Amino acid sequence: MSSTPTVSSITSIKSSKPKKKVRFYKEIWDHKFLYFLALPAILYTFIYGYLTMPYMIIAFQNYNYKKGLRSDFIGLKNFRFFFNSTWAWTVTRNTVVLNFLFIIIGSICAILMALLLNEVKQKRFLKVSQSTMLFPFFISWVIVSYMLEGMLNTETGMLNRMIEALGGQRISFYTQPKYWYPILIILRIWKNTGYSSIIYLAAITGIDEEIYEAAYIDGATRWQRIRYVTLPLLLPTVCILTLMDIGRIFYGDFGMFYAIIRDNGSLMPVAEVIDTYVYRTFKLTGDPGVSMAIGLYQSIVGFILVFGSNWITRKLYPEGALF
Amino acid sequence: MRKLTIGQVIINCIVGLFALSCLLPFVLVVITSFASERSITMKGYSFFPSEWSLEAYRVMFGPASSVPRSYAVTITATVIGTFLAVLITYGAGYTLANKQCKYRNGLALYFFITMVFSAGMVPWYMISKAIHAYDNIWALIIPSLMFSPFNMFLVRNYAKGIPDSLNESARMDGAGDVRIAFQIYFPLCMPALATITLFYAIGYWNNYFNAVMLINNQKLFPLQMLLFKIQSEIRMMSQLLQGVSVNPPKESFKMATSVVTMGPIILLYPFLQRYFIKGIVMGAVKG
Repeated sequence: MSSTPTVSSITSIKSSKPKKKVRFYKEIWDHKFLYFLALPAILYTFIYGYLTMPYMIIAFQNYNYKKGLRSDFIGLKNFRFFFNSTWAWTVTRNTVVLNFLFIIIGSICAILMALLLNEVKQKRFLKVSQSTMLFPFFISWVIVSYMLEGMLNTETGMLNRMIEALGGQRISFYTQPKYWYPILIILRIWKNTGYSSIIYLAAITGIDEEIYEAAYIDGATRWQRIRYVTLPLLLPTVCILTLMDIGRIFYGDFGMFYAIIRDNGSLMPVAEVIDTYVYRTFKLTGDPGVSMAIGLYQSIVGFILVFGSNWITRKLYPEGALF
Repeated sequence: MRKLTIGQVIINCIVGLFALSCLLPFVLVVITSFASERSITMKGYSFFPSEWSLEAYRVMFGPASSVPRSYAVTITATVIGTFLAVLITYGAGYTLANKQCKYRNGLALYFFITMVFSAGMVPWYMISKAIHAYDNIWALIIPSLMFSPFNMFLVRNYAKGIPDSLNESARMDGAGDVRIAFQIYFPLCMPALATITLFYAIGYWNNYFNAVMLINNQKLFPLQMLLFKIQSEIRMMSQLLQGVSVNPPKESFKMATSVVTMGPIILLYPFLQRYFIKGIVMGAVKG
């Protein structure tokens, strides 16, 4: 009795194989217009998403532009070259630590700002301040780097002039690495808080008003209402947003770091991230092998992090999981 | 008039101060672009320059300047790119939202995988070169920027909310596939489409990575790339300002270039931010 379904299911799979193929073509043909509409996106994703994967073998090759992907294999030499240099640790640390601080401090600031905005009762003021806060989000990092220089430049920078006016010594920010973790964090928060606080504010305003009323009737103070109603109900949103960021903790924001730091060698020990380092190796040596090896290291660890963080969230808190 | 409590005043102050801190750097850039070079060397960057001057703008729009050409490059890439991107994204989003498409979940996975795994810069560069998106205007349009699965899912989620009965009744009334997709669903998806148009347009306008990687010809530098080069290479700056005057307005020229680069964003801002806030909220809904 127990073996019968197995046998029949095997035969059914076998017999359905050619049928399946026919069904596949029939489905495409019946809805050809729909698939035609999606075709450009499918092709684009194939080229820039899936077609990039074969290139990963460059990481194990002594790449030769004439031979292309059929270059000679050299095993793990490219990886050894990277991991034996001091840069491997430096760029990994900078990327992970900076991203981690961006995520933690960034979310705290955004949630705080959303809570504050939620308490603002003047509609006009709320609207104006919200759209002003969002403004930096639209501006490119190149322009942000100009503004930063307007502040920090040793000769003409506003901050240095202020320090001098108060009787202090000018600080040469662009040659001293020790200032740059805080500077980068401040920049990041300045640029993104307006954006993320909107998401959190939307989540807060989506909370059922009756819960607040019930809490109010039970005698909860404003602080208690925030602590025991708003924050717990905000948790799923926080999880989803943080999870996405944690999955990307191994990817430095090239647009940001390269615009702000550029080729300033004295800041590289604290501000060189994996992405800018890959770029520099590629541009300076012209050898894609090592760059690809670093890129592969980044992709694999990044991939594990996405699934790892999602797995943990699903265990602890299913509503917060991404997939 | 409602009474303001002390707590409320403090809250308003904090919010207001942060908003102000977001605004002031822009004011500083605009003011400095109108300051004379001598004022900048004497007083530094300041909200109250000692001397005003239009020299920087005169140079920028002068005959020898490459700013207008870069402007044209940026506008071309942004307009063509955004148009194509929205079309491609809508096509995929519409299909994936349509219940008649049996493989829609498989396709969604197909797109999703590329969101969490990418092989990085080197293959990206080689593929762009192989498809001849290199050192021409297409290098600023095609690689990275022309399709984002994130935006596609945003459109799909929005289109999913439109009841199926609409599709059926339109078909009953004799509407064809093309008409249903572009004359019935397209306008209905407008809020989502406006949002992704913004995302794409801002992406194109602010991008300098493609130019850094794929453009060698200076004539094809978009504005952001020009700005980036002026900042990082003194050679570029002197080349732009050569023969202009004895004392070229270096600092204010940089700021004036930033101002014209931000110009369209500032002008369109009141319109942009309204859709943007709606769009962000829409995108935040889990799909």
